[in-house]
Amino acid sequence: MQSTAHAFKDNVGTALADPNLQDSLSKLKVGFSERRRQAAERLPEFEALRDRARDIKNHTLANLDFYLEEFERKVIALGGHVHWAPTAADARRIIADLCRSVGARTVAKSKSMVAEEIALNEHLEELGIAPIETDLGEYIIQLRHEPPSHIIAPAVHLTKDQVADTFLEHHRKLGFDKRLTERNDLVAEARYVLRQKFLDADVGLTGANFLVAETGSSMLVTNEGNADLSNTLPKMHIVLASIEKVIPTLEDAAVLLRVLARSATGQESSAYTTLNTGPKRPGDLDGPEQYHVVLLDNGRSGVLGTEMQEILRCIRCGACMNHCPVYGAVGGHAYGWVYPGPMGAVLTPQLVGVEEASNLPNASTFCGRCESVCPVRIPLPKLMRHWREREFERHLTPRAVRQGLALWSFVARRPGLYRSLTAIANRVLSLFGRADGRYRSLPLAGGWTRFRDFPAPPAGGTFHTQWKAARKRP
Amino acid sequence: MSTDRSQILNGIRRSLRRGELAGDGLKDVQSRLAQPPRGPAVARAQVAPADKVALFCQWAEFNNATVARVGAADVPDEVTAFLARNNLPANVAMAPSPLLEGYDWSSQKMLSIRRGRGEGSDQVSITGAFAGIAETGTLVMASGPDHPVSLNLLPDTHVVVLRETDIVGGYEDVWVRLRERYGKDRMPRTVNTITGPSRTGDIEQTIELGAHGPRRMHILVVRE
Repeated sequence: MQSTAHAFKDNVGTALADPNLQDSLSKLKVGFSERRRQAAERLPEFEALRDRARDIKNHTLANLDFYLEEFERKVIALGGHVHWAPTAADARRIIADLCRSVGARTVAKSKSMVAEEIALNEHLEELGIAPIETDLGEYIIQLRHEPPSHIIAPAVHLTKDQVADTFLEHHRKLGFDKRLTERNDLVAEARYVLRQKFLDADVGLTGANFLVAETGSSMLVTNEGNADLSNTLPKMHIVLASIEKVIPTLEDAAVLLRVLARSATGQESSAYTTLNTGPKRPGDLDGPEQYHVVLLDNGRSGVLGTEMQEILRCIRCGACMNHCPVYGAVGGHAYGWVYPGPMGAVLTPQLVGVEEASNLPNASTFCGRCESVCPVRIPLPKLMRHWREREFERHLTPRAVRQGLALWSFVARRPGLYRSLTAIANRVLSLFGRADGRYRSLPLAGGWTRFRDFPAPPAGGTFHTQWKAARKRP
Repeated sequence: MSTDRSQILNGIRRSLRRGELAGDGLKDVQSRLAQPPRGPAVARAQVAPADKVALFCQWAEFNNATVARVGAADVPDEVTAFLARNNLPANVAMAPSPLLEGYDWSSQKMLSIRRGRGEGSDQVSITGAFAGIAETGTLVMASGPDHPVSLNLLPDTHVVVLRETDIVGGYEDVWVRLRERYGKDRMPRTVNTITGPSRTGDIEQTIELGAHGPRRMHILVVRE
């Protein structure tokens, strides 16, 4: 998809002023994050499993070439095909050629962020092949021509009423002319409409949560069952996965599965975890005749061995965005590309360029909640800091910020000056009153106070003054 | 194509500042693959055999499945009774498996059984299961001529017959069984692990059952 990450600041303004979005986002705090906490508490070994999950991914990344070759060998041994795609364009071409080789008119797709990354739908449409999103959230946003706003809940920005309007508009031509008000009716209508599309599809395209080198299996974790219909009913199954999805063995998968579902949705286990290994076997009554895996690099191999390598451990659970105060305030669309939230703020500059996405690593308060919930312990604040450093080095930081930083460092290196200036600022701020400990508006600080309060300085003077006073007391 | 392949693999090696794995480095990863180390033991998955069945049932129900514990002779009766209790049609699609053929379906005069793969219009399917995982109340389905995958997915209601002896503690125990049954390098086309009915939280993060797969899952846990 086309990035609008450069317009992050404008996107944020739009997001904060959108009442439907703010309504939807308010549910995140009591939804995913509370369920994750409960699931983690139900499993005493959860922290030890997170450590092991991190170690497994580190081990795999250190031997990534070996495990990819091993995976490929096993897929071929069981009658499947592996395609290597260095770039997004390569992956699009490979998939389009495969679809055309079976004369495909429709492709049943299950949610794949890598497919979003390579803008696959747009490409297939140009070739006259209709991609049909079958994950409910992806289906809704496909009808609305919107990008996903969350990696595991793509329509999390929408309210039920918006979904009802969208369905009425698009399903009316299929004979559904009643506007639905209940969630279960909306789900049932989508199930009915999509069922026929599954049965008619020529190709099923899925992503993969993991690729198991030991067995040559692609592993898919879903709740709806749409990915499983996609890999069972059509005559060709294409798996699109990025190279860092490979893991060594099924035992490693068991560890990762235990942290994935709990981190993502707070479930003990997702409803469907499926291992697909090659095409239909002799005697099988269903399954695809052809099985293809497309391995996408798209810049990832270049991240190995750099200070950003740890982002390649990411298993795309979404916990970092569910717990991020910035994501919680602005939603996923503001980030302007496929991957939002903290993991997106680290990965997007890597994949679309720091010039395009330099705002994203700055959209963090460094509160550290993302790192504290990450199932593979990615130090996301540290990696965002690396991007800020690179941004500064490359003179991408806006002039006002650079000048502000220069001024601050000038004052901070002169303790006497610093103390007198902060004392003056403290007194000036006091003039505006501090009745409830915050300001709703401040002269020269409208950019800050338009969407949030500015904290008032504490009574008793600056930190320095209070520190001195406290030390004098016996 | 082969140049794309070497471009990616060489890119990885360049970034890792080494050539192709060789010597001890290669031996280490090869032996890790041959003898996969297990992760931290999960106490819940290590229960005594006698408690496994109860734990499986507990978690299956937690995940919105219904469970009936029955003797082998009562399987057909329980299926018919379940369908009647829930006002479901007595037409079922059944997996052509030796396990299921071992029960006396002829005793159920009202039940009409079609054996084969799942069809888009099926209301109810009956299948066996390769294993049950006590840790999370999860069913494991291995595809093959006796178990079409479509039966796990297309019908509105999925009835599963699971023998108590096939209930294991954790995921790792299933991997061991799969390797014993199919060989270390030969997985069946599809292994579905299924925990409760299909669901979605895509509208306002509120769980609704029956997104694309079955809305209802009933598990018969059979004493042998």
